[in-house]
Amino acid sequence: MNKKIVRYYEKGIKYVLALTAGTSILILFLIFFFLFREGAGVFAHVNILDFVFGKDWSPVSEPPVFGALPLIAGSMVVTFGAGMIAIPTGIGIAVFLAEMAPHSVREIAKAIIELLAGVPSVVYGFIGLTILAPLIKDIFNLPSALSAFTASVVLAVMALPTVVSISEDALNAVPQDFREASLALGATKWETTLRVVLPSARSGLIAASMLGLGRAIGETMAVLMVAGNATLIPHSIFDPVRTITADIAAEMGETVQGGLHYQALFGLGMVLFVITFFINLITDLVFAKTSSIKRGASL
Amino acid sequence: MTEKPNKMQTNNLNFFYKDFHALYDINLPVRQNAVTALIGPSGCGKSTFLRTLNRMNDVINGSKAKGEVLLDGKNVYDADVDPVDLRKKVGMVFQKPNPFPMSIFDNLAYGPRIHGIKNRGRLNEIVENSLKDAALWDEVKDRLQQSAMGLSGGQQQRLVIARVLAVEPEVILMDEPASALDPISTSKLEDLIYQLKENYTIVIVTHNMQQAARVSDYTGFFLNGEMVEYDVTNTIFTAPRDKRTEDYITGRFG
Repeated sequence: MNKKIVRYYEKGIKYVLALTAGTSILILFLIFFFLFREGAGVFAHVNILDFVFGKDWSPVSEPPVFGALPLIAGSMVVTFGAGMIAIPTGIGIAVFLAEMAPHSVREIAKAIIELLAGVPSVVYGFIGLTILAPLIKDIFNLPSALSAFTASVVLAVMALPTVVSISEDALNAVPQDFREASLALGATKWETTLRVVLPSARSGLIAASMLGLGRAIGETMAVLMVAGNATLIPHSIFDPVRTITADIAAEMGETVQGGLHYQALFGLGMVLFVITFFINLITDLVFAKTSSIKRGASL
Repeated sequence: MTEKPNKMQTNNLNFFYKDFHALYDINLPVRQNAVTALIGPSGCGKSTFLRTLNRMNDVINGSKAKGEVLLDGKNVYDADVDPVDLRKKVGMVFQKPNPFPMSIFDNLAYGPRIHGIKNRGRLNEIVENSLKDAALWDEVKDRLQQSAMGLSGGQQQRLVIARVLAVEPEVILMDEPASALDPISTSKLEDLIYQLKENYTIVIVTHNMQQAARVSDYTGFFLNGEMVEYDVTNTIFTAPRDKRTEDYITGRFG
C-alpha cells in the first residue's frame, strides 16, 4: 500500500516536471507561430528577398516600401560594436575578479556589477542621451552624437554584467588542480591564466559572450533613445542607425492592426528571431566542438 | 647501503597556516638519486611538508614558512629565489591525476613551451623522450593529438609524470600519486618510480606503508606536524627506534 503511494508520488513528480519543461517549449512554438501568422501576410506583397535585402524602409510613403536591410544592418552594427567593447572588457574584469583580486574586493565588485543588471534600460538610455552623447560629440567632433557608436557604448555597459558574471562562473569552474599543475611546472600566474585557465573555460566564456550579444541585440529602449533612428545603411560607426527592435517599438503604435505595415513589423520580428536563433545555434555548435576534448572524444 | 649526498635538506623548518602551526622543526635530508618516502596518518603534515619543498604553499593566503629548505645548499625561501625558477627544478605530481584538457602532445609540450622552446622538432623530441621515460610511449604514440582526458587514470598519472619530466627537473615530489589508481596501475607506477631514481631525486608521500617499503630507500615518519623518525627504509620497517613509529607501522593507529 505504502509502496504504491510512493510509486504514484514518484510518477506524479515526473509528470509535473515534464509538463513544466514542455510548457516552455510550447510557449516558444506559440511565439513563433504567432509571429508567423501575423507577419506572413507581408510576404504576399513583398518578395522575401526584397524584404530582407531591400535598402529602403518607407512604410508610410505611397506606395509603402519595405526594405529591412538598413534596420538589419543597424542592429548588426550596434550589436557588433557592443560586443567588441563588452566581451573583452567583461572577460578582462572576470579574469581579474576570479584570478587576481583578493576575496573582499571580489565580493564587493561582484555585487556592484550585478547591480548594474538591475538598472532599467530606460535609465541607461537617459544617461546615454544626456551625458554620454554630448561627451562623444565633443571627443570625436561630430555633428550629431546620436549614432551607432553611442548606442554600442550604452549597450556594452548593459551587456557587461551578463558577460562578467557568466565568465566569472566559468573561470571558477576550472578545477584548482589545473592551476596547481601549471604552477608546479614553473609557469607564472599569468602564463597559467592565459594558457590553462582561459582555454579550459573556453566554452563558458563563449556562452557568456553570446548571452551578452543576445542581451544587446534584443535591447530596445536604450537604443531607441541614443542610436539616432535614421533608417539608412550606416557607412561608419558614427552614423545614426535604427535597429530592428527600435523600429518595431517606434512604429507599432501608428499601425492598423492586421494592416500591411503591421504585418511588416511582425516580419521584422521574424528576422530578429532568425538572427537570434542562428546566434544560439552557432554557440551550441562551438560548444559541442570545444567540449568534446574535455570528454575525451578523439579530434 | 652507501650514504648518498644530500640533494635537499630542511633545517628547523616550521610552517604556519595563519594561526595554525602545521610543522614543527622538521630536519630532513633528501638524498640524491634516491627515493625518500614520507609516511604518517592523515593530517600529520606530510603533504604540507612536501609542498614547502617547491613552495607550492605560497599559493595559499596567510601561509608562512620559518627555517631553511636547502636545495644544493641554497635556501629556497631566500628573497632572491624566484619560486617560478624553483619549480622548474623541483617538479610535482599530485594526488589526483590532473592532465590539462588538451591533447596528449600539448600536455607534454606545455612546460617546454612556457620555458621558451618553440622549435617543433625539438618539442617532438622532448615529448617522445618524456613519454618513453614515463613508460607511456608505446601506449599513446599513435594518438598524441587526442585528448589527454580520454586516458585511463593510471595512464593519466604517468602522463602527468611525463609532463614533469619534460621540464627536466632535478627533484620530483609526488603527493600520494597512486591513491586514485587500481592495483595494476599502481604497480606500473611503482616500477616507474624505481627506474626514475637513476636520474632524479624523488620524494613521495604515501598512505600505503607497503608502497613506502617497496619503492623507497629512506623513510620519514610524520605525526601531528612533527617528524618522529627518519632512517633507511629497511630500518624503519624492521627496527624502528620510536614506539610511535612502531605502533603506526604495525597498524595500531592511523
